[in-house]
Amino acid sequence: MLRVENIQKHFISHVLNGKEVVGFRSVSFKVLPGMALGLSGPSGCGKSSILKCIYRTYLTGMGKIIYNSQTFGTVDLAVLPENEILALRRKEIGYVSQFLSVVPRQPAAEVVAAPLVEEGVSRAVALQRARGLLDRLNIGARLHAAYPATFSGGEKQRVNLSRAIIRPPRLLLLDEPTASLDAASMQVVLDLLLEIKARGTTIIAIFHDQAIMDRLMDDIYTMPVKES
Amino acid sequence: MKPILQVSGLTKRYGPGCPECLRRTGALHETNQCPHCRSIIACREITFDLFPGEVLGIVGESGSGKSTVVRLLHFDDEPTQGEFRIKLNGSAGAACNPDPGRNLFALGAFERRQIRNAHMGIVYQNARMGLRLKVSAGGNIAERLLMAGWRHVGQMRQRAAELLIATEVPVLRIDEPPQHFSGGMQQRVQIAKALSTRPAVLLLDEVTTGLDVSVQARVLDLIRSLQQETGVATIVVSHDLGVIRLLTSRTIVMRHGCIVEQGLSDQILEDPQHPYTQLLVNSML
Ligand SMILES: Nc1ncnc2c1ncn2[C@@H]1O[C@H](COP(=O)(O)OP(=O)(O)OP(=O)(O)O)[C@@H](O)[C@H]1O
Ligand SMILES: Nc1ncnc2c1ncn2[C@@H]1O[C@H](COP(=O)(O)OP(=O)(O)OP(=O)(O)O)[C@@H](O)[C@H]1O
Ligand SMILES: [Mg+2]
Ligand SMILES: [Mg+2]
Ligand SMILES: [Zn+2]
Repeated sequence: MLRVENIQKHFISHVLNGKEVVGFRSVSFKVLPGMALGLSGPSGCGKSSILKCIYRTYLTGMGKIIYNSQTFGTVDLAVLPENEILALRRKEIGYVSQFLSVVPRQPAAEVVAAPLVEEGVSRAVALQRARGLLDRLNIGARLHAAYPATFSGGEKQRVNLSRAIIRPPRLLLLDEPTASLDAASMQVVLDLLLEIKARGTTIIAIFHDQAIMDRLMDDIYTMPVKES
Repeated sequence: MKPILQVSGLTKRYGPGCPECLRRTGALHETNQCPHCRSIIACREITFDLFPGEVLGIVGESGSGKSTVVRLLHFDDEPTQGEFRIKLNGSAGAACNPDPGRNLFALGAFERRQIRNAHMGIVYQNARMGLRLKVSAGGNIAERLLMAGWRHVGQMRQRAAELLIATEVPVLRIDEPPQHFSGGMQQRVQIAKALSTRPAVLLLDEVTTGLDVSVQARVLDLIRSLQQETGVATIVVSHDLGVIRLLTSRTIVMRHGCIVEQGLSDQILEDPQHPYTQLLVNSML
């Protein structure tokens, strides 16, 4: 599904007179369709940067990110034209981080329903499914009409996740999306992820929680050590 | 997907020009003014595509040439050089539907005006540019509908009312001149006017600059939801990265008339490459 070949990421800060920071050095791995790959390694080794490179939030300096897409066939995400990346984001590739990344003034249920509406599902049906999903994640009806910007960290994360999985993408990138969840919510998230995986979603994820890593992942990629 | 707009090599010089102009201005030279002949190269060699349904941002400091680009695309001003193509759905060559191979800048003023009236909407920073402040809100919208070929008075009034509702301007005030409206409301009337003819392309030039923060937020929300509903391909000019983050999916960064960087908006914000973009992003924090 996805094959990463020798990608590297360096940040050059012109504001700091050209200071160079290594994001990560020479990373290669692959994920087969429907599988889940976990990224592991110490803080600062570049795990988040890899997901951002795959999603094009970061530019990849060197190497290839070969993705077998439904829309465009086999492509290199490192160099694919921007409008095609945007199309893949709409149709195939989802990304969830621990930070909320949605429009400030939009009710939670609408935020979650949006991907379905965009796909052509009627608003009423989409909202109903969004509410169901939020309920399942213990976001009570009281919060459905509220703005997620005002939510607690854990509530925001659950809204984020709901939005990403309401219409499961082919490839889902997860960057500690459960960092501030309690054990009960965590269990629900794990169940949901196992469900979409069983329905075919390929997952690349970073979780600090070992239990989730063990139960969700088929394979673990350990990041190369970075000499400083 | 094919672009709806293609702009290439767009250059605008104010002043007599000399052989030195292009060599001695631009981002590398830290100026848009030719030291030899004093001409201003307001924008140079601007090349980009706009795709159907997308929102493209243009960001840059004051004087970098953002408004110039928009004015040229709206035929408010003549370019010194450059090409501009528009590809719409429907039969090319029909009235107001230009041949997608044609450089619009090469067309006569009349044809350009027809194309603009039929397919483009614009909202200026200053309502005075986009509205006749002493003419009623409904009249302002009707005027635009007339230019796009509408003739039936009742239908025009109906359409004006629809748009005022969509842009959250109290319909009761349809007969009042916008000079008595608040800044946010004037902008909403401009937006109503721009969208009234269901344009294929919408140009927004600093539409929330100068408004109170809370009013800004409401106008931005309105633009967002109307853009999503209508799917109109949109160019958003702003010096405010917050606006860019909220509205756009791709962004062009301009400096001294040049494009110094372009990319997905989240990439521009999180992994800016050009020193100027880094400065811009850093100063946002
Ligand atoms: N946008 C950026 N600009 C500059 N440096 C960055 C940027 N993003 C990441 N880095 C640097 O790249 C390195 C890798 O960061 P990254 O966030 O990918 O690590 P991580 O493995 O996800 O760490 P953690 O487990 O703490 O989340 C760090 O040294 C970080 O400071
Ligand atoms: N009619 C004109 N005659 C001479 N110079 C002009 C004219 N119009 C614009 N300029 C110059 O062209 C350059 C670009 O101006 P423009 O209005 O496009 O900048 P901008 O990026 O929109 O800035 P702002 O953020 O302040 O609106 C400026 O240096 C400006 O002084
Ligand atoms: Mg991280
Ligand atoms: Mg301007
Ligand atoms: Zn000169």
